[in-house]
Amino acid sequence: MTPTRLDKVATKVIEVFVACVVLILLFLLSTILIQGVPHLSWHFLTSPSQSFAAGGGIVDQLFNSLYLLVLTLLISLPLAIGSAVYLNEYASDNWLTGLLRTAIEVLSSLPSVVVGLFGYLLFVIHFHFGFSILSGAIALTFFNLPLLTRSIEGALAAISDTQREAGLALGLSAWRTIRGVILPAALPGIVTGVILSAGRVFGEAAALIYTAGQSAPVVNYTNWNPLSSDSFLNPMRPAETLAVHIWKVNTEGVTPDAVSISAGASAVLIIVILLFNFLARLIGRHLYRKMTGNSNK
Amino acid sequence: MTSIKQELRHASKATREDVFGKVITYCCVAVIAVLVISILYFIASRGIATFTVNHVSLWSFISQTSWNPGLLDAHGQPQIGALAMMVTSFTVTILAAIIATPFALAVALYMTEIAPNRGARILQPVIELLVGIPSVVYGFIGLTVVVPYIRHLFGGTGMGILAGTLVLFVMILPTVTTLSVDALNALPGYLRDASLALGATRWQTIHKVLLRAATPRLLTAVIFGMARAFGEALAVQMVIGNAVLMPHGLVTPTATLTSQLTTQIGNTVMGTLPNNALWSLALVLLVMSLIFNLLIRFIGKRGQLS
Repeated sequence: MTPTRLDKVATKVIEVFVACVVLILLFLLSTILIQGVPHLSWHFLTSPSQSFAAGGGIVDQLFNSLYLLVLTLLISLPLAIGSAVYLNEYASDNWLTGLLRTAIEVLSSLPSVVVGLFGYLLFVIHFHFGFSILSGAIALTFFNLPLLTRSIEGALAAISDTQREAGLALGLSAWRTIRGVILPAALPGIVTGVILSAGRVFGEAAALIYTAGQSAPVVNYTNWNPLSSDSFLNPMRPAETLAVHIWKVNTEGVTPDAVSISAGASAVLIIVILLFNFLARLIGRHLYRKMTGNSNK
Repeated sequence: MTSIKQELRHASKATREDVFGKVITYCCVAVIAVLVISILYFIASRGIATFTVNHVSLWSFISQTSWNPGLLDAHGQPQIGALAMMVTSFTVTILAAIIATPFALAVALYMTEIAPNRGARILQPVIELLVGIPSVVYGFIGLTVVVPYIRHLFGGTGMGILAGTLVLFVMILPTVTTLSVDALNALPGYLRDASLALGATRWQTIHKVLLRAATPRLLTAVIFGMARAFGEALAVQMVIGNAVLMPHGLVTPTATLTSQLTTQIGNTVMGTLPNNALWSLALVLLVMSLIFNLLIRFIGKRGQLS
């Protein structure tokens, strides 16, 4: 075979592989949506789940997922921004920084089930939090922190050094420069990173099975007192999320319509995550345009 | 006079602000460090209890295949042999990596060498969407589409290593692809130019120059994918069959370390031997994750030298 011919063949082979990957994605998305969307109804989204009877909905699970997401971001965002600022702005290039970066890398590569088990050991058992939203949010924070830190660090590193020099030249302290100049300039990148990580948190289940628990007790959506035990805001109640619900009805559930419930719930999960991805792009681009006055990109 | 002296002798407002900022950010990073250390400590201390408190021998843990932590064998020893689960975990991981690598390389080459503009514009969202699909949804698709199909082809339950591999392969594909794209993009442009100037075709350039130059980073990409596959719990658990048996083929039910952990830890009582044995499985996962990390660093260093 001549080299030119081989080149053509190799290119074709690569194209076939690429087409396979695209087809796999299309197949996945269409399967999830075709199986799931017919089960979606107002009733499905707004009624509580059933353990032994058909016709249950996902309202509690959906709320729990969103509530956990908000709590997780509340805890992990300040920590991630602080760490990213330290690593990108203050840290000098020495062994300590190297060690910290290694620690973050190790944390990000830990299996999420191990992170969940650690949360179970420390918070559920040791600190007697029980299966609760709080334990779940902390476990998700561990899972989320390294990714979020890295994406925020990336956003900070993309800011040109001239901005820092300009701040210092004006006599501002490095801290004022970071707060007043660097962080606002990095905002589009940070927001995109946060929304993308929100998508991951929303779909995570392995870290939650033994921290937030696998039951969704009946809660009262009109009780706004977070300290009351039947309030929907109470952070100490067990809370099964949407992703955990899909896992549970498929593995140990005795629900007769497990397949249609998980198909519907999967479709809801995917739609929410697609929405997050779409929002991340849209908001990131909008903020970028607003902050820089630059209309192309 | 005294006021000037005071001003010179004391830290300025800017300096104080800076110290304040440093302290805050330092605390944040310290939290992460403490967290990592305590994860390592807690899992390790629980995991070794099987060997230190319950006196199970480490050798029987890694060489025996019977897993019945509640029962004693003929010699009065508890049956804690994790070999079957380790073999299954490694098999699905390696098979998934073997299948995923050519696809990931093809997509990466398409995005960087063959159609940099059009390809990247179409494939970037494809990869991001694959990352975005949660693992339980992969597991659900595996359970409702892949498993019945395997059952139809090979008989049996359809659950097993083959189903686990097929699910994992799609799950690690985006990780390996993204890192491979980075690896190829990091190559200096003169490698391409020089090769093409010598009259090489595009495929010769890719095959003889680019892939070789990028080998260390491509290897780390694959190892990252393997680390993810090894630690993946729910998707695998849903399709693997959950029977702690030595796998006899690709389509017989078996169990991985993660699947055994997720299904059993809630059924055991804290501090008992069956529970400690499960924490030992978690420790194996932790150690493997650290080993994958070390491998990545090692290969990364070797790559820089050459």
